Amino acid sequence: MNLHQTQTPPSAPSSASPSAPPPVDWEALRADFPILDRQVNGRPLVYLDNAATSQKPLAVIEAIERYYRSDNANVHRGFHELSNRATAAYEGARARVARFLNARGPDEIIWTRGTTESINLVANAWGAANLRPGDSILLTEMEHHSNLVPWQLAARRAGARLVYLPVTGDDGLLDLRRLDALLVPPVKLFAFTHVSNTLGTVNPVSALCAHARERGIVTVVDAAQSAGHLPVDVQAIGCDFLAFSGHKICGPTGIGALCGRRELLDQMPPWQGGGDMISSVDFFESQWDAVPHKFEAGTPNIAGAIGMAAAIDYIEAIGRDHIFAHDQELAAYAVTGLREIPGLRLFGPPEHRAGVVSFLLDDIHAHDVVTVADRFGVALRGGHHCNQPLMRKLGIVSTARASFYFYNTAAEVDRLIEVLLEIRKFFGGA
Amino acid sequence: MMDDLNDLYQQVILDHSRSPRNFRALPDANRTAQGHNPLCGDNVTLYLRCEGDVIREITFQGSGCAISKASASILTECLQGRTKQEVEALFERVRAMLTTGQAGGDDLGKLSIFAGVHKFPARVKCAILSWHAVLAALEGKSDPVSTEEGGA
Repeated sequence: MNLHQTQTPPSAPSSASPSAPPPVDWEALRADFPILDRQVNGRPLVYLDNAATSQKPLAVIEAIERYYRSDNANVHRGFHELSNRATAAYEGARARVARFLNARGPDEIIWTRGTTESINLVANAWGAANLRPGDSILLTEMEHHSNLVPWQLAARRAGARLVYLPVTGDDGLLDLRRLDALLVPPVKLFAFTHVSNTLGTVNPVSALCAHARERGIVTVVDAAQSAGHLPVDVQAIGCDFLAFSGHKICGPTGIGALCGRRELLDQMPPWQGGGDMISSVDFFESQWDAVPHKFEAGTPNIAGAIGMAAAIDYIEAIGRDHIFAHDQELAAYAVTGLREIPGLRLFGPPEHRAGVVSFLLDDIHAHDVVTVADRFGVALRGGHHCNQPLMRKLGIVSTARASFYFYNTAAEVDRLIEVLLEIRKFFGGA
Repeated sequence: MMDDLNDLYQQVILDHSRSPRNFRALPDANRTAQGHNPLCGDNVTLYLRCEGDVIREITFQGSGCAISKASASILTECLQGRTKQEVEALFERVRAMLTTGQAGGDDLGKLSIFAGVHKFPARVKCAILSWHAVLAALEGKSDPVSTEEGGA
């Protein structure tokens, strides 16, 4: 398979037609990412840890620098020029996120520090208003700790319990035959990931939300691994809440968003108090500002929001349908190569896989694989990937994981396979 | 580059990780302790049969990377017959060696093969996990020790 000679993503038609988007020059995009030129341990960097965080293009780095150099001021509280400019950029970024997700409006977008804080916001504020003793929360066995621990805390506060939709096994699919039996009262909320950070599974989010909606059950979608990789449209998905992070979509760390259905957000109490979230404050009582500001206490991460909007502009210029096709092509190419390595145990679905591939090499511990790969310049992740219950279910403690983004190439996948063969030899495999 | 790797994964270390010594539970143990590395999910249980302050027999079980397994295996070989005081003194020198590459004082013998770990700061915790567990066992602590509590 000569994937690295194919510059056209499979979704694009092979012959030029008037309406067809131009093919993406993936190699040329690499020049936008200064870090991809660096060496690690004397070898060219092969960065395959994109599910942990993505690299940042110049457009994002410069947007943040420009803001601090020329527009920096606090938002919402000044009538001077710079405060007005900062507020316009910050609220403009919110509107950009709303368009990115096809939300009904910018007031459905709440800024957070990232996916984890977004989910904690729902677990706290929605939970406080809606969870009662005896209620249940349905999760899946493939959830990241960030979509699991907040619900454990919320359940403990409310006297509610957790129920899990099982994962089938190494092939990493949700056992959807169990869904109808589990999606029943007293379940009040169903939280699940769009794309598994360990298995690469792409869950049928629209169908899951439709099932829940028919039963009056509120849905929360963890879009940390999907928002920057495939088209995510909250109205098409039909979810009540959706959470994602800036840093996994080429934006900065410390910024993310929660998109929530307005009528639910209106009913929820604030979860953090402070400046910027009130309409009036007395010594003993306060009135809250309207959504979304009700949920945004304190000076926000203004530069982060601006950087995140620049990241959204950047990846939307490429097109998330193109990015997903490229991710899937790399993942399929990697799976083909990995399957040829004797003694390699592969996790995740056989088809329709996102750009995430987890594996174990013989009985070599994932951390040993990652340490040696790093010496060859290949950045992998090894560990439980914040999926400890899933690991226990699969009878393992950790995996090695390669995760791709649009700036990765088939030549880098080739390098990964070469290095894994070296690692096998190093640890005394055949 | 390969020199660093060969320093880290010396043949003796690879041998102990593949065929760990004293790798079993000890039915008549009177001290046990668990070590846990929450970052990697690695677990080790140390079993000690002590007479007074002297370790008469020491074994381990658990799962982990090559470094943590070899460290536990070699530790069980080196601590047989040692007193609590000797183990504590040895631990300080092993910790110095793992973080700086220098042990100071007399040759650490077999333990000195872990000197290469200092070039891989992320792996120091793997090598030190079973030491924390053995110290906890000697102190008579029953709570599992974690690499994320206190310094490595």
